[in-house]
Amino acid sequence: MISYLLRRLWYGALVLLGVNLLTFFLFFTVNTPDDMARMSIGGKHITQDLLDHWKAERGYDKPLYLNEARHGTERLTDTIFWDRSISLFELRFGRADADSGGDIGQEVGRRMVVSLQLALPLFVLQVIASTALALLLVMFRHTKLDFWGVIGCVVMLSISSLFYIIVGQVLFSRLLKLAPISGYEPGFGAVRFLVLPIILSLVSRLGTEARLYRAMFLEEIGKDYVRTARAKGLAEVAVLYRHVLRNALIPIVTSAGSYLPYVFLGSLVFESFFGLPGLGAYVIEAITKQDFAIVRTMVFVGSLLYIATFVLIDVAYTWIDPRVRLG
Amino acid sequence: MPKLVPLWTDVAVWLLVASAAAYALIVLRSPSLRANWRKVFRDAGALCSAVILAICLAITVADSVHYRPLLEPAAGAAGNAAAYDTVTHSLLDLLLSGLVDSREETYSRPFAYVSFTKESLTINGQLQRVAPRLAHGGADLADPEHQWGRDVLARAMAGLAYGALLALGCGVVLVGAVARGRRERFASTAASIWCNEGEIPWRAALWTIAVVALLAGVVVSMTGHYHVMGTDTTGNDVLYQSLKSIRTAFVIGSLATVATLPLAVVLGIIAGYFRGWADEAIQYLYTVLSSIPNVLLIAACVLMVQIYIDQHASLFPTGAERADVKLFLLCAVLGLTGWAGLCRLLRAETMKLRELDFVQAANAFGVSPTRIMVRHIFPNVAHLMLIVTVLDFSSLILYEAVLSYVGVGVDPSMNSFGGMINLARIEMSGDPIVWWSFASAFGFMLTVVLAANLFADGVRDAFDPRARAFRPRLAIARKPAAQK
Repeated sequence: MISYLLRRLWYGALVLLGVNLLTFFLFFTVNTPDDMARMSIGGKHITQDLLDHWKAERGYDKPLYLNEARHGTERLTDTIFWDRSISLFELRFGRADADSGGDIGQEVGRRMVVSLQLALPLFVLQVIASTALALLLVMFRHTKLDFWGVIGCVVMLSISSLFYIIVGQVLFSRLLKLAPISGYEPGFGAVRFLVLPIILSLVSRLGTEARLYRAMFLEEIGKDYVRTARAKGLAEVAVLYRHVLRNALIPIVTSAGSYLPYVFLGSLVFESFFGLPGLGAYVIEAITKQDFAIVRTMVFVGSLLYIATFVLIDVAYTWIDPRVRLG
Repeated sequence: MPKLVPLWTDVAVWLLVASAAAYALIVLRSPSLRANWRKVFRDAGALCSAVILAICLAITVADSVHYRPLLEPAAGAAGNAAAYDTVTHSLLDLLLSGLVDSREETYSRPFAYVSFTKESLTINGQLQRVAPRLAHGGADLADPEHQWGRDVLARAMAGLAYGALLALGCGVVLVGAVARGRRERFASTAASIWCNEGEIPWRAALWTIAVVALLAGVVVSMTGHYHVMGTDTTGNDVLYQSLKSIRTAFVIGSLATVATLPLAVVLGIIAGYFRGWADEAIQYLYTVLSSIPNVLLIAACVLMVQIYIDQHASLFPTGAERADVKLFLLCAVLGLTGWAGLCRLLRAETMKLRELDFVQAANAFGVSPTRIMVRHIFPNVAHLMLIVTVLDFSSLILYEAVLSYVGVGVDPSMNSFGGMINLARIEMSGDPIVWWSFASAFGFMLTVVLAANLFADGVRDAFDPRARAFRPRLAIARKPAAQK
């Protein structure tokens, strides 16, 4: 297992390298540091001195990929690409491109806490609620409840999450005044602000997830061991909960696990709608301000989490299903 | 003669329609494909959705013929050069000119005859805060307070009557066509459809057509007299915007999924067939792509496209062209970033297929790998391609709304559901609430996405026998179809 994990981590590092190359190419080739400086400084009277100063301040005053002025390995290492890649891999994210921008690393750390407060309870509740609904539908399969339940799921998944948010905000915050519309406060008071986004986010994904899990359960139900369990006289409830649920956990973990990166990254839409200062809102701010240092960092952090998640899911398999051996 | 302006997405839409027609020809020639598509339409939900989608497609196609109308030569202007309007119109604009022309000052409620906001006007020498009358909505009413209800009702009734006529006409044509196909008498076909007999649930399709026709009748009879869905902040008709948004949604849904196909199919089959280093390289490629959070990757690409367009503004002379290129490139970006899932699926399927006897036999006969992949593998994975394409269609329409909210979606000047929701968000937080834009966007988007989802389910069930088990089915099956 250790060697398997090491292999996975090595491959993960390789993938991160690719991600880094791709994002660097995307950001710096189309949008050269000169363009960035010009856009960031703004105004009409931009002198070359001003540009050079801006670039030097942020370490952009080097060639992109290859430094012709140097010799030996320095031709490669004294470039923006090398600097940025190394600092990313060392998890030093530097400062934002904007003048007022602070240290990205600190900001990411601070905001990740907020994102976690929103996304962790959401993740747990989501899995529980979706599994429960799916099990309910499966228990009443071939009845009207199942039929209309699935139709309800299809209708729910056909509604954009933005609709849930807007209607939820108007209904619960403005008309019923049950929760604040938006905002955040650190500490225990955050609960007040988090309840509504969590519920709405849960509902907006319930249709998709419950229908998916239902299909997974039905796939398990067709298998031989279920017939055996019924043949030996187990009640339907026991069959479902003791046998089917456990075996369906593997596909469920895979599917739910793919959301794990977003537990840390937060939800772009929900955070910015509810004014929560999490990572998702950070990304949206960066995109609207066109601050590429932040976007690049977030891409890196995102893929780092993604890779970590899949290693975690692999480990989780061995825990759920003793037959699985990593190797 | 107006000057035709073929925009990028127009050309793409026409090409797509042409290739869909070509595919339909292939289906008609191939008995197995025909049988599968029959299975799709045996499902009432899928058939009704197909009707709705066909109507939306017609709107899309009508909205994909752009032209610049010829201007009347100015009096006394020298020269014979024809002058064209600077604004690009589409065929749909021409059809909906009643909606375009009836522009108001600002917000107005659905069916309203007065403006939503009050203004200070001098009436009989006194300054009063009143809601002014609309320029078009209920303009021909002399005494609106008493006449309004009756006028709306009369127009609605007239519209319903027209709609019923239209529905009846469509029904007669459809029943006639079915009767011809079955070589039966018209009356007996009509009776069997009415009793919902036969393989294909035509009755459900007829009901769908009837509902749409009735709604269309009401809308047409209101056009120019009332705003069925109200007007937005600049007084534009909301219904018009919603209809225009259908094209944007369709273009994104279809173009972006089609854009994923070349990469996914070619790389997926190559990886699965050749294995070895090609497989490793392709796997690495799509692992890298899919390990970047999707929204971020798309945002990054779209920002770059944006910067490119800003730097080369001279390439795109009119605003419509710029917005269109942005939409086209957004689809390309969605395609280039979204092929990993399908590629993974096709790779796994190809790996299974290449071990099968017919492929091994072809190999033993010395058929070249390229030929095996094209002739033997591709036709056997084509159904997966189809299923994933139709499944992605609806999710991309939903995705567009999120992307527009994040600020990397379609151009704000272009009508889209995402843009409408974005504006509605501010309107909904105002006081009093302006709800009709939001409701209109919601209704249209839900209709389109729901239809797409139901149709996709039908296609998946027909082409993937394994998926059929997951359909909800009542224990007592529907009355078995009468054999003819």
